[in-house]
Amino acid sequence: MTEKVLSISRLCKQYGEKSAVDSVSFEVCRNEIVGLLGPNGAGKTTTINMILGVLEPDSGSILIEGLDAVTHRSEVLAHTNFTAAYAPLPGNLSVYQNLRFFGLIYGVKKLSSRIEELLGQFNLRAFRNVKTGLLSSGEQARASLAKAMLNRPRLLLLDEPTASLDPSAASGIREMICAFAKMESVGVLWTSHNMYEVEKVCGRVLFLSRGRILLEGDPKTLPREHGEKSLEDLFITLAREPLAQVTD
Amino acid sequence: MRFSRTAAIVLRQFYLLRGSMARILPLFAWVAVDILLWGFITKYLNSVAGAQFNFVPVLLGAVLLWDFFTRVMQGVTTAFLEDVWSRSFLNLFATPLSISEYVGGLVLTSILTSTLGLVVMLVLATTAFGLSFLSYGFMLVPFLLVLFLFGIALGIAGAAIVLRMGPASEWFIWPIPAMISPFVGVFYPLTTLPQWMQYAAWILPPSYVFEGMRAIVLGGEFSGTALVWGIGLAVVYILLSGWYFTRVYRYAVRSGLLARYSAESVS
Repeated sequence: MTEKVLSISRLCKQYGEKSAVDSVSFEVCRNEIVGLLGPNGAGKTTTINMILGVLEPDSGSILIEGLDAVTHRSEVLAHTNFTAAYAPLPGNLSVYQNLRFFGLIYGVKKLSSRIEELLGQFNLRAFRNVKTGLLSSGEQARASLAKAMLNRPRLLLLDEPTASLDPSAASGIREMICAFAKMESVGVLWTSHNMYEVEKVCGRVLFLSRGRILLEGDPKTLPREHGEKSLEDLFITLAREPLAQVTD
Repeated sequence: MRFSRTAAIVLRQFYLLRGSMARILPLFAWVAVDILLWGFITKYLNSVAGAQFNFVPVLLGAVLLWDFFTRVMQGVTTAFLEDVWSRSFLNLFATPLSISEYVGGLVLTSILTSTLGLVVMLVLATTAFGLSFLSYGFMLVPFLLVLFLFGIALGIAGAAIVLRMGPASEWFIWPIPAMISPFVGVFYPLTTLPQWMQYAAWILPPSYVFEGMRAIVLGGEFSGTALVWGIGLAVVYILLSGWYFTRVYRYAVRSGLLARYSAESVS
């Protein structure tokens, strides 16, 4: 049986009257890259924030490697990591300083050699002593990814990791993530608005709209199963359709 | 609680300080200017008063102790504000770092930075103006302890206010020491104050320090019990501020404020 790294059950979060996440349940296994898709405001980032412990769910449970993410916060976050386009590393520290700082927080063993390994792996040696705020978007994305992989996470959360990157830089980042995920047998939850990217890297996708999961399946076969030509067409159809019609 | 995580918070502040004169200078420059200013004022007052009264230990000593307290408080809040300014909350709090480890790191940073300021002030006050801390005797240690504890408490409470009210509210916390100073009798005995201000003074730990300092320098009696009260109150303030910070942090996690901090509110 495939080992589950993330099990989410009936997760709910409400902001006032608005339901941001409404009874969402899904799982991510080791060696699996799961795409979390949906229009802006669908609840993707809210879900990721709850997994990361920076947002408390109203109800439901989040288990990371079988441990409750709320009651065992420090334990589970020691084996989890993330990168998000909207959460850049502190720009007033150099790449090396950032990696050392976060490495200490994550309790990374043999930190110096791990940092050297990551600087090489993500082509960051030339930027070792450059403040991350001075790097280009692509270089910043690589530095953030290096941070995300410092602690060899068993669960990796990627919130639009290639947003604002040119196609070549995005392709490089994708390859790095996939190589890491394969090498470290990690479970990955990946949000993206780039359907080409999702088809290429994800083994399974979840469509989220207005806080609820509408569809789940293989990104290569899902469009045909729902009478659409491509994943992008399916995305547009789902995003425009009223929730009630789809879930009925 | 892991010390390596607390050390990481200190290391980050060290990295920031190391490369920035704009951060290093305020650690001692303004307190040094204060010592110079008050040093010359006391010198002038001594020349006017003749040999009858020595203003140096009363006024310059008070300025030094008050500036130490202010530096301790600002040591905590400035370290916290570095994370606000660099929008690091998401990256920081999505790690195994606990609140006690984080706040511990801020406090440790403040100990190191305020010690630097204290050393500069002591050197300047003793060499340039002849301030002798021997005149306070062994009481100097508990005096500094009370001011240190209360500075830490106000620093943590200030950080909690900024966390709760958003980045713009940092302007609420900078004037806190100035607002407290009239009540605690930095330069005058508490009996100078109207009764209602005296009541407020006795719940503020620095009042015990400055009353004690004056009593010792002027050759009067100073009750050790009063000092114990000062220490006890400072400890209570530390506990209260820690409780308040934790409460605000939990609110920020529950309401979504932490995840959307730059928006300053969740409504």
